[in-house]
Amino acid sequence: MFEGLNFKLREGTILTVVGKNGSGKTTLLRILAGILSPSKGKVLYSTNGENLKGERLQKIISLVAPDLCLYDELTALENLRFLSKVQGFHFTQEELVKKMEQVGLANRGFDLVGSFSSGMKQRLKYVTALLKEPLMLLLDEPKANLDEEGVSFLEEVIRDQKGRGILIWATNSSEEREYGDQILNLDK
Amino acid sequence: MEIRSSTWISKSFWVFQKDIKSELRTRYGLNALLMFAVVTLTAVSFAVGQFFSSPKLISSLFWIVVFFSSMSGLAQVFIKEEESKTVSLLKLVASNESIFLGKLFFNLILLFLLELIIVPLFLILLGVQIKNFGLFVFVVLLGTVGLVCATTIIAAIVAKAHVKGALFAVLSFPILLPLLITVIYGTNLAFEGSEFSQGWNELKVLISYCVVMGVGSFLLFDFVWRE
Repeated sequence: MFEGLNFKLREGTILTVVGKNGSGKTTLLRILAGILSPSKGKVLYSTNGENLKGERLQKIISLVAPDLCLYDELTALENLRFLSKVQGFHFTQEELVKKMEQVGLANRGFDLVGSFSSGMKQRLKYVTALLKEPLMLLLDEPKANLDEEGVSFLEEVIRDQKGRGILIWATNSSEEREYGDQILNLDK
Repeated sequence: MEIRSSTWISKSFWVFQKDIKSELRTRYGLNALLMFAVVTLTAVSFAVGQFFSSPKLISSLFWIVVFFSSMSGLAQVFIKEEESKTVSLLKLVASNESIFLGKLFFNLILLFLLELIIVPLFLILLGVQIKNFGLFVFVVLLGTVGLVCATTIIAAIVAKAHVKGALFAVLSFPILLPLLITVIYGTNLAFEGSEFSQGWNELKVLISYCVVMGVGSFLLFDFVWRE
C-alpha cells in the first residue's frame, strides 16, 4: 500500500495525514499504533536515543478511531478501569469520574457503554486515549460524531498534545488540514 | 494516577476479570456450552440408558459430551472480541502474554464450571459408578487443561476466518485426537476400578500433552495475534 514512505517526527509536531478514501490513512495509523505489522519496512520510536518496543511502546501510544470499539457490555467506568489497569495505570474512582466530567459524561459512569449514543462513545474514547497522557496520540477522523461541545474539547486536546508530544491526525476534510504543522498526502 | 510495575500475571487477571464480567452479562459462551452439554447428555441417556454399562462405551460418551460442548463454547473467547470489534482496542492496550493467559484462565474456569454440572448429571442419568475416584479426578483435570490449552490457541487462529465454527472443529479434531484417546482410556480405567499405578501411563501422556500444548500455544500466540 505504501512505498517509499519515510518520515521523522519530533516532539511538539502535529502531522495531518490526508488522502482519498482507500488511500491507506487508517492502515498507516494502525501500523503506527502497533495494531498491524508492516509487511515490509519498520516503524521506530525512540526517546533519549533508546528504541522503544512492546509494552514500553504501548504505554506511550494512544489511538482514537471509528473502528476502535469499547466494550458495550461493560459500564463506562468498568471500561476505563480495565483499560488503565491492563496497561499498569491505577486510578481511583474519583479520578476516573473527574476525567469523564471533562467530556460531559460525569453522570454516566455506571451506565453500560452499549446504551451510549455514537457521540458519547466517541467522547469516552477520548477519555480512554488520554488516561495515560500519551506522548504519541493518533486520531483517525477525530471529529466524527462530535457535536460543537465535543469539537471544542478536541481543540483543547490538540493544544495539550502539542505541548506533550506528537499528534498524528488522519482526515478527509480539507478544513482540518489547518491543524497540522506538517501534511502527509497519501495520494501523491 | 499511580503507575505500578504490573506483572503478566496481574495483567492477565484484569483480562480474565473483564471476560468474566462480560460473560456474566452476555452469557455468550456459557449458554452455548451448557445447552449443548445438556442436550447431548439427555440424548445419550435416552439412547443408552442405565442398561448398558460397558465402562469403555460410557467413558467414550462422557468425553464426546465434553469435547463437543467445548467446541461450541470455548472459541467464543476470541470470536466475541472480533465480532464486537474490540480486538483492536485489546491489541492496543494489552500485551500478548496477558491476553493469552487471561483468555486461557477464562476458558479453564468455563470448562471446569461446565464439568461441575455435567459430571454429576452424567453419573446419575447413566447410573455410572466411579470405582477409582482419585484417578478419575486426575484424568478429568489434566484432560480439561489439555483441551483448554489446545482450543484457546485454535480459537485465536479461527477468530479471523469467515466459517469460524466449522474451522474450529476441523482444526481441533486432529490436535485433540491424542488427548481424547488418552482421556478415554484413563476414564475407562477409573470406571473399571483399576489401580492408580495402572493409569500412570495415561497420566504421564496427559501431563506431557498439557506441557507441550501449553508452552507451544503460548509461544505461537504472538504470531497468531499480531499477524
